[in-house]
Formats: sequence, structure tokens, C-alpha cells
Amino acid sequence: MVGIMYILLFWLIGNVLSNFVGGMVSGNVIGMVLLFAALKFRLVNPDTVRLAAKFLTANMAVCFVPFGVGLIISYRVIADNIWAILVAAAVSTVLVMVSTGHVMQWMYKGKDKH
Amino acid sequence: MTEVIKSNLFLLTLTIAIYCGGQALYRATRTTLFHPVLLTFLLMIGYLKITGIEYLQYREATSILDFLLGMSVVSLGYLMYEQSEHIRGNAIAILTATLTGCIVGVGSVVGIAAAMGASHEILVSIAPKSVTVPIAVSISEPLGGIVSITSVVVFLTGIFGSLIGSWVLDRTGVKQPQARGLALGSAAHGVGTARAIELGAIEGALSGIAIALMGAISAIVIPLAEKLF
Repeated sequence: MVGIMYILLFWLIGNVLSNFVGGMVSGNVIGMVLLFAALKFRLVNPDTVRLAAKFLTANMAVCFVPFGVGLIISYRVIADNIWAILVAAAVSTVLVMVSTGHVMQWMYKGKDKH
Repeated sequence: MTEVIKSNLFLLTLTIAIYCGGQALYRATRTTLFHPVLLTFLLMIGYLKITGIEYLQYREATSILDFLLGMSVVSLGYLMYEQSEHIRGNAIAILTATLTGCIVGVGSVVGIAAAMGASHEILVSIAPKSVTVPIAVSISEPLGGIVSITSVVVFLTGIFGSLIGSWVLDRTGVKQPQARGLALGSAAHGVGTARAIELGAIEGALSGIAIALMGAISAIVIPLAEKLF
């Protein structure tokens, strides 16, 4: 329960900060960064958050089913733009993968550098 | 009886039950195309169509899932912490590589779709296509995007990226495990990470870092870019 409390607390702080920046970055994303920082700087004991965080992230996928079911009302917009969406998403996915991979491979410092 | 099968609790239970069934099927077949989310999307749409239940009622019935989704985004901070030993000494490389992927990804998906005639509403809906779904919807929604388009496109991007990932990385000479993991997570978020974990522990760890980082970077880059253009 302490884990849940921390997660809610950082979300809440994230929401407050999000309001300060005019909602440009959403509160849960700020909360995510804050939780990471708090764990890193030992302000929060990782053992208290582990169970709740693992449960939530492992089962995250079921939570976005309702958005997808929303296609029932927005399928026309998708259908009208299907080719633009599919081509753009597919090409862009390959580009992200190749660019991230190459920059990382080029900049990486470590024992198994090629 | 009709009252029961149209009740909010029934809709929520059915959604989760189908998802659990889908998970079992997925574990047995190990086919990415049979992803439990895809199955649940399709069966629930079918169920609402047949029973004539309004989507608004379904949203209300499943509003607890929205809340859990918000909590799971915060929890990603923990996953990032757990993998953070892999960041050591390479924080700049990881940040630069993910930022590059973000700019290339947003620029190309918006550029290509705009050139093919997509409207502003569609462009902001698909801009965060390489970002994990919960963060992607919290980026696109305030900008006027349609969350159902965002979630489906992001999800399909994940499936596509994890299917072609190893092949593309082999072909383009990305051999190093750290780079392969980061690339899979950056391009294909959680679905890509599931694939990266199968490739190896280092790939999985870097891919996990990429999910949270790509989300955080995109949450800043996309609203800024939208203001500028």
C-alpha cells in the first residue's frame, strides 16, 4: 500500500507541476520522472514501490483497450486516411529504429563496442 | 438477464476476461499477431455492436482502467530505475540516440502523412506513434488528437516494429546489443521490448529504458513542435 501511496503522490505532484507549465507536459509523465529521481537519490526505498509498480506496468496493456474500442465511433476518420496513416507509420518506424540504433552504436562506450 | 449483460460491471469483467483468455492464447501460440489487446479490441467492438450498448457507457464502465493507466505511467519511473545501472557511463549516448529517434520519428510520420493529405487532427493523433500508449494518448489528446486513433496506431506500430525489428537491424548493421535494445524500445515501445527481452537481457534492459525515455522526451518535443509549426 505504501507503493500505491508513493505512485499516487508523485502523480499528484506531477499534476501540480503540469499546471505550472500550462499543461504542456501531462502530470503522469512528470510523476514518472520524479519517481525515477526519488528512487535514484534514495528519497524513496525501491522495495516499497516494487510490487505495485511491477503489477501496474505488467498489466498496462489491458488499460488501453477502452481507447481502442473507441474505433467504434471514429473508424470513419481512420478509414478515410488509412493509406496516409499506414505508410507514414511503417516508414517512420523503420527510420526511428535505424537512427536510434546507429547513434547509440556510434556513441556507446563500453567493453563490447564493435 | 439483459440487465446483467448490459451492466457496467459486466462490461468491465468481460473486457478483463477476454484479455486473460487472449493472454493464455498468446502464450500458447507465441504469435505477435494474436496479441491479447488486439483480440480484446475486436471482440469488445463486436459485443457493443451486437448488444447496441453505447460507447459512452462502455467508457464509463471501464473508467477505472483509465485511472490505472495513469498510475502505470508513473510506475514506469520504477522500471527505468531498475534498469538504470545499464545507463551508467552512457547517459549522453542514450539520451542523444533516443532524442534523435524521437525527432526523426515525429518528423517523418507527420511529414509523410501530411504529404499524403492527412488533416491536422490525424497528424497530432499519430505524431507520438513510437511512444508507449498511455503516454502517447496524454500527448495527443490535449493537442486535439483522437485517442482511439492514437492508441490503435501506436499499438500497430509496436506489432510492426517487433515483427521487422531484428531483420531491419541486421540489414542496416546495428549489431551491438545495447544499440539493438534501445532501437527496439524507441521504435516499438512495450511490444518491441517484449521482443528485445527474447533477444537477451541487455537488449531487454535498454529497451525498457527506451520506453520511458522516449515517452518523456516526446512529451516535451511534440507539444513544442506543434506550437512552432
